[in-house]
Amino acid sequence: MKLLTFGPIALCLYVCPLRCVSLPSVAVMDGEAQRAAVSWENGTLAPVDRLRSERADSPTPGLVEGTEPGAGQKSAMFVHAQSFEDLTAETEEVAQRDAELDKSEGECTDELKVLVGEKTIEEQRNSISSETRSKEEDVSSEAWRSHRKHVFVLSEAGKPIYTRYGTEEALSSTMGVMMALVSFVEAEKNIIRSIHADGCKVVFLTKSPLVLVGVSRTCQSDKELLRELQYIYYQIVSLLTLTQLNHIFQHKQNYDLRRLLAGSEYLTDNLLHRLDRDPGLLLSAVTCLPLASSSRDVVSSSLQAAKAKNLVFSILLAGDRLVTLVRKKDQFLHHIDLHLVFNLVGSSSSFREGEGWTPICLPKFNTAGFFHAHISYLEPASELCLILVSTDREDFFNMSDCKQRFLERLSKRSAYQALKEALKCPSYSVAQVGIPELRHFLYKSKSSGLYTSPEFPAVYQSDEEQERLMGLYQDLHSCLHHPTRPLRSFYRCGETENLLAWVTSGFELYLCFSPLATKALAVSAVNKLLKWIRKEEDRLFILSPLTY
Amino acid sequence: MGENLPRVPGGAQLHSDTLHGPVRTLRVKMVILGSSGVGKSSLALRFVRDEFKNPSPTVGCAYLTRVVHLSDVTLRFEIWDTAGQEKYHSVTPLYYRGAHAALVVYDISKRETFVRAQVWLKELEKQYIPGSTVMCLVGNKGDLDQERQISVQEGQALASDRSLFFTETSVLSGDQISELLLGIAHRVYECIGGQQGGLSEWKETPLIDLHHRDTFTPFASCCKVGP
Ligand SMILES: Nc1nc2c(ncn2[C@@H]2O[C@H](COP(=O)(O)OP(=O)(O)O)[C@@H](O)[C@H]2O)c(=O)[nH]1
Ligand SMILES: [Mg+2]
Repeated sequence: MKLLTFGPIALCLYVCPLRCVSLPSVAVMDGEAQRAAVSWENGTLAPVDRLRSERADSPTPGLVEGTEPGAGQKSAMFVHAQSFEDLTAETEEVAQRDAELDKSEGECTDELKVLVGEKTIEEQRNSISSETRSKEEDVSSEAWRSHRKHVFVLSEAGKPIYTRYGTEEALSSTMGVMMALVSFVEAEKNIIRSIHADGCKVVFLTKSPLVLVGVSRTCQSDKELLRELQYIYYQIVSLLTLTQLNHIFQHKQNYDLRRLLAGSEYLTDNLLHRLDRDPGLLLSAVTCLPLASSSRDVVSSSLQAAKAKNLVFSILLAGDRLVTLVRKKDQFLHHIDLHLVFNLVGSSSSFREGEGWTPICLPKFNTAGFFHAHISYLEPASELCLILVSTDREDFFNMSDCKQRFLERLSKRSAYQALKEALKCPSYSVAQVGIPELRHFLYKSKSSGLYTSPEFPAVYQSDEEQERLMGLYQDLHSCLHHPTRPLRSFYRCGETENLLAWVTSGFELYLCFSPLATKALAVSAVNKLLKWIRKEEDRLFILSPLTY
Repeated sequence: MGENLPRVPGGAQLHSDTLHGPVRTLRVKMVILGSSGVGKSSLALRFVRDEFKNPSPTVGCAYLTRVVHLSDVTLRFEIWDTAGQEKYHSVTPLYYRGAHAALVVYDISKRETFVRAQVWLKELEKQYIPGSTVMCLVGNKGDLDQERQISVQEGQALASDRSLFFTETSVLSGDQISELLLGIAHRVYECIGGQQGGLSEWKETPLIDLHHRDTFTPFASCCKVGP
């Protein structure tokens, strides 16, 4: 069998009956982690389960959702109710329901007609994909096999759609085998979930009409790997819409989807890179550009004033950081959709020349239709990128005008200068917190869906070290979000650092200490850090999000 | 590689966006079509900024403007640089509908892009109202002469068949770029500019509802010009 190339296989096949949701057996946590895990249930930091009506100045860990540092004062910006769990749960029905309500459906089917009519025009595939990507890697080589994480996307007919490494052509028989496995298990009214082999996990995600397969040598849990596959799935949907995907495969089961994805593979490549490095994707949250709240409020209200009939979201970014987001009343943006927007903007310099106008599906909002995004930088060499999302594909000039009005209004205010100043220091040093042993942390406010984190300290300067630290955070995250035995807190001593993770109903916190730090110190550091974040929350979070 | 524009022969001159003559300014909608990778975005960037750099793939469509001064009029080119990728084909009609100028670009070193250019021309003809659009076939990457797959004659023949403008350019060296833009400017002004309602006037802050909508509507019949 071809799949054997991933390592000695088939130690155990985790399959589960169609109607059953939980895994029959789980073997995730490694021994060392279990030994190091400490429960705090009876410790001094035990969460207090009562609702606070006021925002405390010196927050205690007992804060519940809505009162933790960073929680928005009015209403949240995101759909985040379940955050991480949201990702792995089936929310498609909701999206479908939204789709029916949405009037842009007519437009979508309109676009479909054109697409199907066009299928015959150019049967031979444009060869740009294999040209522009340096993927000419020998798929039978040891180097190819030893990549830490492979991702494959195939159609239900077993046709290759995407591979992270190597070319799809070279892997068509491997992907055929993967599909055979999926079908074989399905024939028995089961679903294949994962294969655990020696040092290697194979995870399957069936999202008709696509099948996604992850092959990982990392110690990430199945659930974490599935989360990453979900992101890849949404990335593809955001380019094409689910309606269009279904339509295509209903008409032609063995359609070669690479034709439609040609020239966009780099988006998936970049998203996979981000998944390894970006804490926001791990935490299901986004981070903000530190900015005095008075300035941020002026920027937000300028954006709010530049509204238009079909404008749904106005998003101002500074690199990968959110400056502000204004949304239509009652319309929420999901953090996944926002990350897809970040990925789109961050992956292409094409928006630097002139104004971009592109259809984009925000799959967590509506998998059926396209929005149309006006994407441009405020000034030629600026990091500030404005994204205006409209429902009308003929809205370009209206959006362009909104941008102009926003810019005119903003440039008259001193807040614009303050914003430009803030761009010079988009991050902060952990030293500001004043806990000498603390090296780094991630803090997510659950109710706002925003997180904050200092820049990496000197000990984590190299890419490898940063990815290693991210890997450690991912491990902790897995333990806190374990499907059957989630932990509330977790302290782990290592040779190179000590880690502490803690989740309450209000926040999620991951701390990295020097290996010399003690557990007692870590515990007291939490309180100190929370106080510091409370003190700085005006600057680090968006406390008063606006709607049009 | 030549980073500067060659001097333009003849009376007309190209100026940057910042100069405003006392003459009226007319808006010209121009669309650039062709397979991905032929140099559409590079061409647009040459037009507006006279730069050449390696662009990343166009996402959806990019909108850029460039002002061209002719002796008695100023034309403000509103350039739609489309992505050649198939997934965007369904939205491309938005950009060529009502265009005053359409450039169909191919890469002289890649035959399939020439084949694709013919498909684009056919598609344009379906929408075409004679005299309302100046169409131009552009064979780009003229600097890759040694890898040439399409001869000048072949390109020329296709263009003459359909009475289109034809030129070979090199965006990389800058060869024939300003000639192309000026040629189009003259032709658009001659063919369409004189017509009542052919080109709308551009105001510093145009009223969106009155002015902008018409860019997307197909030409009204009054704008027709005889061939
Ligand atoms: N040799 C050569 N390369 C060019 C020329 N014009 C563009 N290119 C290159 O062709 C590639 C694709 O260009 P791009 O403008 O993105 O093409 P588009 O997809 O049609 O927009 C880029 O690597 C450019 O640098 C040219 O005149 N000569
Ligand atoms: Mg381009």
